[in-house]
Amino acid sequence: MAEENKKIKLTIDNITVEVEPGTTIVEAARLLGSEFAPPTMCFYSKLEGSGGKCRTCLVEVAAGSAADPRPMPKLVASCRTQVMEGMVVKNITSERVLDARNGVVEFLLINHPLDCPICDQAGECYLQDLSYDHGEVGTRTEFVRRTFKREDIGPLIQLHMTRCILCYRCVMVADQLTDKRVHGIVDRGDKAAISTYISKAIDNDFSGNMIDVCPVGALTDKTFRFKNRVWFTKPVDAHRDCETPGCCGKATLWLRGEEVFRVTSRKDPWGEVQSFDGKPGWICNTCRFDKKKSSDWVVEGLTQISRHSVIGANKYKVLDVPKETIREVMDGRDPKLLMDIHAVSDVNNPAIDLSKLNRPAHSGDFEK
Amino acid sequence: MTKKLLLEKIDVPGIKTYDVYRREGGYRSVEKALTMKPEEIVEEVKKSGLRGRGGAGFPTGLKWSFIAKPEGIPRHLVVNADESEPGTFKDRYLMEFIPHYLIEGMIVSSFALGSNVSYIYIRGEYAWITDILDQAIAEAKQQGWLGKNILGSGFDCEIYTQRGAGAYICGEETALLESLEGNRGNPRIKPPFPAVKGVWQRPTVVNNVETIAAVVPIINDGGEAYSKIGIGKSTGTKLISACGNINKPGVYEIDMTISVEEFIYSEEYCGGIPHGKRLKACIPGGSSVPILPANLLLTTAKGEKRLMNYESLSDGGFATGSMMGSGGFIVLDEDQCVVRHTYTLARFYRHESCGQCSPCREGTGWMEKILKKIESGNGEMKDIDLLWDIQRKIEGNTICPLGDAAAWPVAAAIRHFRDEFEWHVNNPELCLQQNYGLAHYADDIQVPA
Repeated sequence: MAEENKKIKLTIDNITVEVEPGTTIVEAARLLGSEFAPPTMCFYSKLEGSGGKCRTCLVEVAAGSAADPRPMPKLVASCRTQVMEGMVVKNITSERVLDARNGVVEFLLINHPLDCPICDQAGECYLQDLSYDHGEVGTRTEFVRRTFKREDIGPLIQLHMTRCILCYRCVMVADQLTDKRVHGIVDRGDKAAISTYISKAIDNDFSGNMIDVCPVGALTDKTFRFKNRVWFTKPVDAHRDCETPGCCGKATLWLRGEEVFRVTSRKDPWGEVQSFDGKPGWICNTCRFDKKKSSDWVVEGLTQISRHSVIGANKYKVLDVPKETIREVMDGRDPKLLMDIHAVSDVNNPAIDLSKLNRPAHSGDFEK
Repeated sequence: MTKKLLLEKIDVPGIKTYDVYRREGGYRSVEKALTMKPEEIVEEVKKSGLRGRGGAGFPTGLKWSFIAKPEGIPRHLVVNADESEPGTFKDRYLMEFIPHYLIEGMIVSSFALGSNVSYIYIRGEYAWITDILDQAIAEAKQQGWLGKNILGSGFDCEIYTQRGAGAYICGEETALLESLEGNRGNPRIKPPFPAVKGVWQRPTVVNNVETIAAVVPIINDGGEAYSKIGIGKSTGTKLISACGNINKPGVYEIDMTISVEEFIYSEEYCGGIPHGKRLKACIPGGSSVPILPANLLLTTAKGEKRLMNYESLSDGGFATGSMMGSGGFIVLDEDQCVVRHTYTLARFYRHESCGQCSPCREGTGWMEKILKKIESGNGEMKDIDLLWDIQRKIEGNTICPLGDAAAWPVAAAIRHFRDEFEWHVNNPELCLQQNYGLAHYADDIQVPA
């Protein structure tokens, strides 16, 4: 165990922070708060070996360490780079980083279907947040997007590969939480896809956690699909005595009225499961899929959502309303098909200002 | 005539077999090496100035000295024979025709590194060469050069071949190690480097076939003598696999003092360009290094003659230079279309990207589509700038060098041949019928700002 005086001091965006040796840059940055933490799509601190793949967390290391203050020539993946004494890290203060990050977000989006209006992940999707923070208004690609067939992998989970960003998190969950992994990555390059071994059903007690770790809407809960939008449901913390070994029994229930629409594990501000007694709080499939009555659970209270997202309050306070017409945005081209989804949705009711709400929005706000 | 080291005996009939190879002086270096200390061999290799022949040109002796030596944990030598770079076929030649050379080099290198089990990771398509190597290993073992207690020195060594399954990415050293372990060939995230945690988390050195083969003459004649061949930091001889529009394509062993001009036009090497055509461009080091127009290929931006060595080929950086790379020398004459050529390469890199990290997975496909669009006469001017921007955002932001390798050829093509891209955009009909031709590339040296 590292002693107190053995802590490592480093600078991130000109702010000095002290951390234990062996910490990664992104974990050190998270101590400073969400404005300073590089975004992560594939890194999941509770999963061994995760990270390094999506490249959204690239940072510039202006000085490697006090002993060797040379800058690192390339941008480094902050989720896989350990801190060094005297390291100087530039995240949002580096033009190079922001430029590269914009590039990565663009790459992630060129083949993403952008079907947020019909995606169950909308509202708690990391790709949504990321493109809101770093993406461009228009797209520079005109090519047909890559699509895959939707696939049911087992009775409880649906795989929508078209939305996948290949973070490998669900593969790691299957590897590290369950006995036998029956799914993985097949093919390579831009044809790489998550798939099961010859359409084998995924069936084990902890497979549901794959849904929780998925940063986008590629893996969705079949018991929740199209049942509701997440921002209409009210999250509450609850627990029950679960007999499944390895299940922590602590979960978040997403309610509308008295009805439990879905059960997920409890998440920290970074979208990872919370730890209880130093152990990640994964939940079993019984808790997740079968206990859909309030009476199954002991409710503790409202869930605090500290994560910046559409389900957190005040996210869109400083929203810039675009002044250009669609034709201007698209370089004079006419849109081929414009679906005015929001016109038929209550969410677009201009009388309701979401930023005025000091809490997560729920259906009551729209029924006024 | 260049002094030949690796290919000196290649024409001796029956050199594939152990008896002939031994009669011609084979395995002398093992006899000598086993009387030396491992550190002395590493020192000798350092002294020779040998640089990695796989493409990066990292000093081999230095790489060897980095290998971690924790107590009680075995170390491994892995030979990278996954030669899949378009335009590169030098290792194949060496392994196919004089397989014992590699085995001999491996025994010496294994002794120097303390590796008792060494591997040859060979490209899956080289199935018949795997058989040749297996045969050579069996012969060497039968004669006591492999196995337990080699020549009574107390050193044990086994060599195994492992065939890949047809992926270019497995030539990247950490992807190679993953594949060798039986996993999906995804590059690992570094650090830790293979010298600390390589195959099965043990310290590992991964070297190219030609690098390991070059250890044989270094031990036979001494590092000092080897370092005298060549020029500057480009010591020794290098195998160049020449192809494209030349009269005599093939594998040539050169010492690195000859000029590019001599290499292309002299009868000893490529023998000039067929049908009296003129030189338009050349990729001097395998498909991933930047392409150079004729004027910048033959002379550097400073007006000096460009030589076939590491320093001279990279003179001027990427603005006006290229790289030695793996020695895949691809020559394009005046009839070749650079846009089509770049598209072909982009298609290759798209196909071979492992799909692990987003810039490479998405970017390579995007570049290919845009290049196809331009090549088929549907391009727009903004596509060229977009292409430039995409390659810029891939380069340096990926896990492994495949992203860079995909970005550099596109960048260089736009940098040096932008007018040809623009011609394609401006003449959508014409570009399907004829090529842009030579233009001014051979006339004057233009140094882009």
